[in-house]
Amino acid sequence: MIPSAFDYARPSTVQEAVRILSEAGEDAKVLAGGQSLIPVLRLRLAAPSLLVDLGGIAELRGVSESGDELVIGAMTRHADILRDPLVARYAPLLAQATATVADRQVRHLGTIGGSLSHADPAGDLPSVSLALDAVMTIAGPAGERSVPASEFFVDYLTTAMQPGEVLVAVRVPKREGWGTHYEKFNRVAQAWALVGVAAAVRRENGSIAEARVALTNMGTTPLRATAVEQALAGALASADAIASAAASAAEGTSPSSDVSASAEYRTHLAKVLTRRAVAAAGGIDAA
Amino acid sequence: MRITVTVNGQQRQADHVWAGESLLYLLRERLGLPGAKNACEQGECGSCTVYLDGEPVCACLVAAGQVQGRSVTTVEGLAAQRVQQAFLEAGAVQCGFCTPGLIIAVHDLLARTPRPGDAEVREALAGNLCRCTGYEKILDAVRLAASR
Repeated sequence: MIPSAFDYARPSTVQEAVRILSEAGEDAKVLAGGQSLIPVLRLRLAAPSLLVDLGGIAELRGVSESGDELVIGAMTRHADILRDPLVARYAPLLAQATATVADRQVRHLGTIGGSLSHADPAGDLPSVSLALDAVMTIAGPAGERSVPASEFFVDYLTTAMQPGEVLVAVRVPKREGWGTHYEKFNRVAQAWALVGVAAAVRRENGSIAEARVALTNMGTTPLRATAVEQALAGALASADAIASAAASAAEGTSPSSDVSASAEYRTHLAKVLTRRAVAAAGGIDAA
Repeated sequence: MRITVTVNGQQRQADHVWAGESLLYLLRERLGLPGAKNACEQGECGSCTVYLDGEPVCACLVAAGQVQGRSVTTVEGLAAQRVQQAFLEAGAVQCGFCTPGLIIAVHDLLARTPRPGDAEVREALAGNLCRCTGYEKILDAVRLAASR
């Protein structure tokens, strides 16, 4: 199918992009890597009058360090995340999850910022950003503002960004001394997650000091498994304690039923995958 | 708009191009290169895989405006015939519609990993669907090409 007609702008600075978007209002869409937006346009699920391509803005690409944070430019491609030494050192969970996104072709064009802004609850990176306590830097007509991942995902395919705003960077706290793991269950290699679990665990002696657990595709937004995190805090680093905590993984979730899985099955998967993810993150043999 | 793009080593121009049309359309309908195939148009099937600046991408998921000044290599532009020959000899071509995309994907895999294991081959080809062969002959073809 051919998308309905739109104008195309390719600004070279964030300022220019914000200006163009502000003038165009709600009728404009931002084009990042295009791996979600172009299919949506082609199915005519969206018909913007203007596409603002961020591909010409060099400052949006790349990973750098700033104090105790990694600053990941929104237009950094999945393929770049996978070979970035800073990500490998300070946020290996992001690299591990990114490696499971779609397929090589898509990872060569898709970007972290596009994936987060699209806010598909079945996407892998939204839950990872929650588990890592990432903070989004958003540019708009009034300047920049920061929104934590916990407030960024508002509803299905909906973020806290307003028309005229652009995601410019994802700031990820460096997590040294934490073990992390992304556990994804899908039918075939390139498919969306039926359910996914992002886990980060900090151990102290024989216990779990803190845990972050976030769920992919268990509701209209990525969700923190708060009950699991609370049960794990201070718990013994044992397979039994993890299994017991993981039993509450689906608390407060509202998974959908579709052709791929029923809500009941997703609820089951959330518990099993949480147990596996936390055990792997904590370096504990779950047997 | 006028699009200037290097295709298979040659600088090409096309006028009156809509920036929102796909790179695949640009290649097939404006530049006379029908090798990359138009199938799902959703980035699922990999039939339209081409190199963009040296990396395999789905040409259906690239807007023409995004390729201004960049470099594209299609199946027509591959100098070596090693992968194509292996596909023929192994019986990895049936209807042939997925073949050009697979040739690019395998070409890229072998350039990065001359002796890939089966798991690496499967991962590298995860974005290329074939509805005829059941993939076994394709895996045979990759092993054959890698052995030469």
